Amino acid sequence: MLIQCKVRRFNPTVDKKPYFSTYQVEAEPTDRVLDMLNTIKWELDGTLTYRRSCAHGVCGSDAMRINGRNRLACKVLVRDIGNKMTIEPMMGFTVLRDLVVDMEPFFEKYKAVKPYLINDNPAPVTERLQSPEELEAYDDTTKCILCAACTTACPPFWSNPDFVGPAALVNAHRFIFDSRDKAGAERADVISSREGVWRCRTVFNCTDACPRGIQVTNAMEEVKRKLLYDRA
Amino acid sequence: MYRGREGMWSWIFHRMSGIGVLLFLFIHIVDTALIGWGPEVYNAVTRIYHEWTIFRFLQFLLIAAVLYHSFNGVRILMIDFWPKGYQYQRQMFYGAMALTLLALLPTGYFLLGPVFGLQVR
Repeated sequence: MLIQCKVRRFNPTVDKKPYFSTYQVEAEPTDRVLDMLNTIKWELDGTLTYRRSCAHGVCGSDAMRINGRNRLACKVLVRDIGNKMTIEPMMGFTVLRDLVVDMEPFFEKYKAVKPYLINDNPAPVTERLQSPEELEAYDDTTKCILCAACTTACPPFWSNPDFVGPAALVNAHRFIFDSRDKAGAERADVISSREGVWRCRTVFNCTDACPRGIQVTNAMEEVKRKLLYDRA
Repeated sequence: MYRGREGMWSWIFHRMSGIGVLLFLFIHIVDTALIGWGPEVYNAVTRIYHEWTIFRFLQFLLIAAVLYHSFNGVRILMIDFWPKGYQYQRQMFYGAMALTLLALLPTGYFLLGPVFGLQVR
């Protein structure tokens, strides 16, 4: 099928403001959007710039706005989008070039929630045993690949870039609800701050955008309820 | 532009209706305060709510905003406090919309009926 693909372009060293380039690309219906971008870059216009690495939906490099919604280019088939396509960078971050955005602020917030197991008790002789129910409490949020599709789909984040955002909160959830973790209070300082979880307005764009199917809004709601009930 | 779904629309309408109702509150404080200058002044100003057609439409919008904001507010409460609430947020949005439209029927009849020549008592 012949695809008319509009891509938002911006090279800050040359361009004053972003513009759209339109390409006519021949693609199989079962090609992924990433394959189509590769065709553009390799055969039509080598200056087109985007990130991709594993190309199999695991590394989280190629999140972008495809026809207005955040998706991984490597997980969306061309036939599911149709023969008219508009591809733009994620919203809320500085565009470095074309579809590449500056992810540093995103990783800063990720680090701020201490996304690792904290438990200073002496390690037991065997494992720190966990029941299936205890695993169930945080299993969903272990799936995050840090692609930033959720955070950049979030209206409260667009209007306030200091908001820690859904992705960092998903990763906080992963440890807050881990029975082995002991740093609940330390993390609560960040996630219940002014720029923490309470900025969530349950817009559900994050849940829709997550390429891993994480119930992102629900994770934030669980964190909110825990903060509230722990204080009560 | 981001193409959000029901959740984003519900949030946009919630914001707009909230700000709309807040703006009316300021107007309402002013019109209520007019009673301090006596009933003639108060009546002379507040009658425009009923007599000017545009104000009847604005009142209709105000009540629509209050109704939507209340029903969607209950939806948000359900999402916040009912652990399964998030699974039904889409249905609850349509529910809030349906209840708003339903409750607007009598409002429309009484407020806008006379504008369209209906005999409303």
